[in-house]
Amino acid sequence: MSAPAPSMFTPAAKAKVEKLGLKMGRANLDEFAATLLELAKNDRNLIAVTSDSRGSGKLGPFGQALPKQLVEVGIAEQNLVGITAGLAACGKKSFGVSPACFLTARSLEQIKNDVCYSNVPATLVGISAGVSYGALGSTHHSLHDLAALRAINNIAIVVPADNFETREAIRAAGKAAMFDLHRPETKFEIGKAIELRNGKDVAFIATGETVVHALLAAGQLAERGLNCRVISMHTVKPLDTETVLQAGRECRAVITVEEHSVHGGLGEACAAALIQAGVNVPFRIVGIPDEETVTGAQADIFRHYGLSMEGLVACAEKLMSSIRPM
Amino acid sequence: MLTDRELELKSVRLRKKLLEAIYEAGAGHTGGGLSCLDILNVLYNRVLRVSPESFSDPNRDRYVQSKGHSVEALYTVLADRGYFPESKLKTICRYQSHFVGHPTRHIPGIEMNTGALGHGLSICIGMALAGKMDNAPYRVFTLLGDGELAEGSNWEAAMAAAHYELDNLTAIIDHNTLQITGRTRDVCSNEPLDEKWQAFGWTVKTVNGHNFVELSRVLNQPAEKAMPTCIIANTVKGRGVSFMEDVTKWHHGVPSEAELKQALGELDAAEAKLKEVA
Repeated sequence: MSAPAPSMFTPAAKAKVEKLGLKMGRANLDEFAATLLELAKNDRNLIAVTSDSRGSGKLGPFGQALPKQLVEVGIAEQNLVGITAGLAACGKKSFGVSPACFLTARSLEQIKNDVCYSNVPATLVGISAGVSYGALGSTHHSLHDLAALRAINNIAIVVPADNFETREAIRAAGKAAMFDLHRPETKFEIGKAIELRNGKDVAFIATGETVVHALLAAGQLAERGLNCRVISMHTVKPLDTETVLQAGRECRAVITVEEHSVHGGLGEACAAALIQAGVNVPFRIVGIPDEETVTGAQADIFRHYGLSMEGLVACAEKLMSSIRPM
Repeated sequence: MLTDRELELKSVRLRKKLLEAIYEAGAGHTGGGLSCLDILNVLYNRVLRVSPESFSDPNRDRYVQSKGHSVEALYTVLADRGYFPESKLKTICRYQSHFVGHPTRHIPGIEMNTGALGHGLSICIGMALAGKMDNAPYRVFTLLGDGELAEGSNWEAAMAAAHYELDNLTAIIDHNTLQITGRTRDVCSNEPLDEKWQAFGWTVKTVNGHNFVELSRVLNQPAEKAMPTCIIANTVKGRGVSFMEDVTKWHHGVPSEAELKQALGELDAAEAKLKEVA
């Protein structure tokens, strides 16, 4: 009998999930695939390009429903990006879909030149980013992607935290004029962070799958008398500097959280913004350190590096205790 | 439509402008520019259904220069076709000029930014696929260097183009047999090219890349149904200038004043001879 996948949440974190009333949605990939299919059904110019990745990208139903709108290139990521760019240059709303690790490393030059430098309106979807592939090991991890892509001009980088952000990011990329509000008061706009919780002690600025852990940590810290702000920084580039600076000015400490190397990602982007604006605030970057990544499932890796409720609570308490005795 | 003789005469004049532009810029890819110039001349004057006026027409033919480093030849031909004033050639590589050493879409007439090798063919597949999806009448052309074919992405693309039966796509190989280090067969041999492209499912045609009749015929011929076309154009690097022909150092050699004078003298003589025959 195969071993059960380790849970991303400890029993305490699960209790916090219930207490905060968070509802488990579906896998983000399912949300992505369903959204893309829904858009494509109404727009025959929307084309998905896959590199033997339609299964991984949950695009099987897309291929069955709209075979003429799916281009399969085989295991050839460089070609995938070039073709996606060429389609976009000829008026197609092209979405190149491939595992993030291959897409952003193997095809980096095609991303830089064929898409960004040539300035064509293509969308690239790196599936299973970060350490989603867990125990498959570092060949399949994508902890470099934000760093690599942030250094490229003319690109918006979105790391959705949940079904809502996934759906809206895909819609925004497809420029569809539909809006189905997941959180009634929340509007999704690429480049504009979403504040999920207000507070003035610690500001967690998180992105992607780490956002929920920051939210849980904030819930836990509230019980210990700390009111924490939680910001979902779904767009890593262009960075919502205003929201970062506001957090730095209004809160007593800032902690960034990302499923990415601590080098070159969200944390360093926020640090640069704060320092350049002269905002001096106690600051920590929580991410994957610069070492050979520990082996294990995604949940193991998250827990190991403190990308968890407990890890973030500990980080926040340590940081706060360095400011004033607790 | 220009006659063969007029086209040939134009090539000689364009070669002079190309050399003057590179001399003026103090940089450029001289050898490869001279090897592909006749191909570009035929493409833009006899094949491509595109003009400065129709450049935004979605049904225009597309040309993407994968061997982007030979951009001075493209600039020269585009200026001649009226995409921008010829005086712009004097700004190549100058501060704040868009006329950099590789093609960009800032320049009227240029479809995509290229220069890193092994990109053009994939882009063209995307363009050709879009054309098929839209039942659009346009054709898509790219120009590849033979040394460039060492980039593996070309072969990813070669497979995909045949798989998608892109008979609206033509890849032209500027087969001058030299690259920056030396003879391509010595650097990392990729011969026999014709058999390789055939094996990848392409129709292959081999022509003299400096023969206007052959180039015009092969580029205007309808493609074999459901197959992409590869044209292997046998060319001479540095074509038209005796001391540059088939000499490695002219890959990106810039002529001195004396060398420019000699080169222009040779081309003047060639021009006079052509006029005489005409």
